[in-house]
Amino acid sequence: MTTKKVTGSQAVILSLLEEGVDTIFGYPGGAIMPVYDALYDFDKNVKHILTRHEQGAVHAAEGYARVTGKAGVCFATSGPGATNLITGIADAMIDSTPLVCITGQVASPLLGTDAFQESDVVGISMPVTKWNYQITTPEEIPEAIAQAFYIAQTGRPGPVLIDITKDAQFGELEFEYKQCTKIRSYVPEMPVDPFKVKEAAEIIDQAKKPLILFGQGVIIGNAEDELKAFIEKTGIPAAWTLLGLSAIPTDHPLNVGMLGMHGNYGPNLLTNEADVIIAVGMRFDDRVTGKVSGYATNAKIIHLEIDPAEIDKIVKATVAVLGNSKKSLKMLTDNVKENSHDEWIERFRKCDMIENEKIIHKDLYPEKPGLTMGEVIRIAADKTNHEAILVTDVGQHQMIASRYFKFRNSKSNVTSGGLGTMGFGLPASMGAQLGKPERTVIAVIGDGGFQMTIQELGTIAQNKLPVKIIVLNNNFLGMVRQWQQLFFEKRYSFTELQNPDFITIAKGFGIDGHKVEKRDNLDGGIQKMLDHNGPYLLEVVIEKEDNVFPMVPTGASVSEVILEP
Amino acid sequence: MRQEFIITVYSENHIGLLTRITIVFTRRKVNIESLTVSESAIPGVFKFTIVIKATKEQTIKIVSQIEKQIDVLKAFYHTNEEMIYQEIALYKVATESLYENDTIEKIVRNGGARILEITREYTVIEKTGHKEETQALFNELNKFKVMQFIRSGRIAITRDPIERLSEFLKERDAFLNSLD
Repeated sequence: MTTKKVTGSQAVILSLLEEGVDTIFGYPGGAIMPVYDALYDFDKNVKHILTRHEQGAVHAAEGYARVTGKAGVCFATSGPGATNLITGIADAMIDSTPLVCITGQVASPLLGTDAFQESDVVGISMPVTKWNYQITTPEEIPEAIAQAFYIAQTGRPGPVLIDITKDAQFGELEFEYKQCTKIRSYVPEMPVDPFKVKEAAEIIDQAKKPLILFGQGVIIGNAEDELKAFIEKTGIPAAWTLLGLSAIPTDHPLNVGMLGMHGNYGPNLLTNEADVIIAVGMRFDDRVTGKVSGYATNAKIIHLEIDPAEIDKIVKATVAVLGNSKKSLKMLTDNVKENSHDEWIERFRKCDMIENEKIIHKDLYPEKPGLTMGEVIRIAADKTNHEAILVTDVGQHQMIASRYFKFRNSKSNVTSGGLGTMGFGLPASMGAQLGKPERTVIAVIGDGGFQMTIQELGTIAQNKLPVKIIVLNNNFLGMVRQWQQLFFEKRYSFTELQNPDFITIAKGFGIDGHKVEKRDNLDGGIQKMLDHNGPYLLEVVIEKEDNVFPMVPTGASVSEVILEP
Repeated sequence: MRQEFIITVYSENHIGLLTRITIVFTRRKVNIESLTVSESAIPGVFKFTIVIKATKEQTIKIVSQIEKQIDVLKAFYHTNEEMIYQEIALYKVATESLYENDTIEKIVRNGGARILEITREYTVIEKTGHKEETQALFNELNKFKVMQFIRSGRIAITRDPIERLSEFLKERDAFLNSLD
């Protein structure tokens, strides 16, 4: 292999190009200036998106990663630049999102001296990264970056941070790049054990009331077709976690809805009636299980999972099948008998009817004067033929959108699940749009979360990203207010917002938009937004004190799911 | 039920890994009773011996979280009964008190300790054993006032006839090669 002499910062860019990186999100500053200088010569090869805050860059990288399956890349300078990434890195860690974050660092002789803009970002990011590493000599750059991509993207993906001192960026090296294919101390995925598969298949074949719970592992593992084949052969109803959403089409007849605190009535209630639960690429988050001692009380648990540390972490598995879900699902499908569970599925249908009557119909086709979040979501989903990418922030609108938006394609739902990061939505939608430029990206955001990263409107405008932003405005931190209403005797402590004129703000950034306050204007308003060439902000004023139901109250069992207060 | 467990971690020798490992305990509010790190018999592979008081369930979860760290090769847990373990303690007493009567000498002899150094001012005594034993010796010697005392972290070795790590590394290499 031929080598050539380059600077450390050139090596950074060349390494990224070797990894097929086409988009970088970032924000320059003192300690990463050499890298930005090298980037200047590569503007034909790689797109750099200058965000308005490093948090915007990291969430955008997450959005990009979630829709493409490739690692999102972001740059930040030392000190505050690096610490501003931390929220997004923590978000990516808990939601298994591959990221490679590259931070500048003060020159190595200054490490530990409290130099200007020095922060121990390797130490700070350690609990929230899959791996991190500090580079102090230029020679380390290619290998460290190769390892970073390998670790971020294989096994259970996650964020990796590479901190590069300024002297390492300035120094020279003979550049030679070799992609990383193995690390002695790291096994990305275990080979699937055929005996475990057989054991699982026997249990599944005998089940009377089996239930599949699928999570993001299916999407990350590109195992959507395998999941569908498994479901269809066994005839087992399947329910999704928040991050499993969009893995199979919403209207699939065996798709019985969402799990969790604000999931659907049937899958929550019937979890405790199921005799076998097949959990695929999910981790029994507390928002899914409710009270663990009252969860899946009658079921044997089959857990298909790539991360050995997730086995028995929350719920003890009767049979654990380690490995990539694409492989394990295929093997399991080959080993199970064809089957159907019509009576059992009928139970879900009955629950659907109850939920529909008590909640869904009122949410989607309200007769009261105030607009509901549900009707906005329904119209936006229908008008995009269920083919749009949905990006949500965190709160009531997120739960409503996840419940009612419909999907035909996988990797189409981008949200902050595990960390519940308000402010995630707007920047993540930029990354999603850049990752999938041909798709319609709809960002649904609450008025609270929108103001946490509102400055990214500038990034959207500058890069002409045609994101369709729907702000559901109830002038409240709605989810917190809902809890205050239900569990804190309506003591609305600091949840009411005095909001600015969002449309004027958008226009100030050069983004068109308008505000809808009446039902008569809603359909046309959404159409106008979708027809608009370029980014657009649609603010919808919704009923102030609407609540999200059903609900599994904190500390309650999933079978205690309530349909109304 | 909470009891003592010995966690053994084999890892690459990378900067920062100690923090990554201790974070696993801190995050779960499990206190580390003792921690010893040194190079193993295999060059480049480091061995951590960590003693905690926890339930078995907690310990299993901690071990799997440690093993999840990229630079960790393998982690095991054992009860005290499953391992042979020792700690070393050093005691400094005034040499004067040795001269005054032969009690200290008897304590050292009977306690299986040994004298490392005698100067005009002080004498350094060394004892290897379990914590209760080194503590018992401290209590005896302290009747004559111990000037300084230090106890090491625990080191431990399994009762298995084979060295698990070398077996493990062979398997790991074969496994990773099979993936190519």
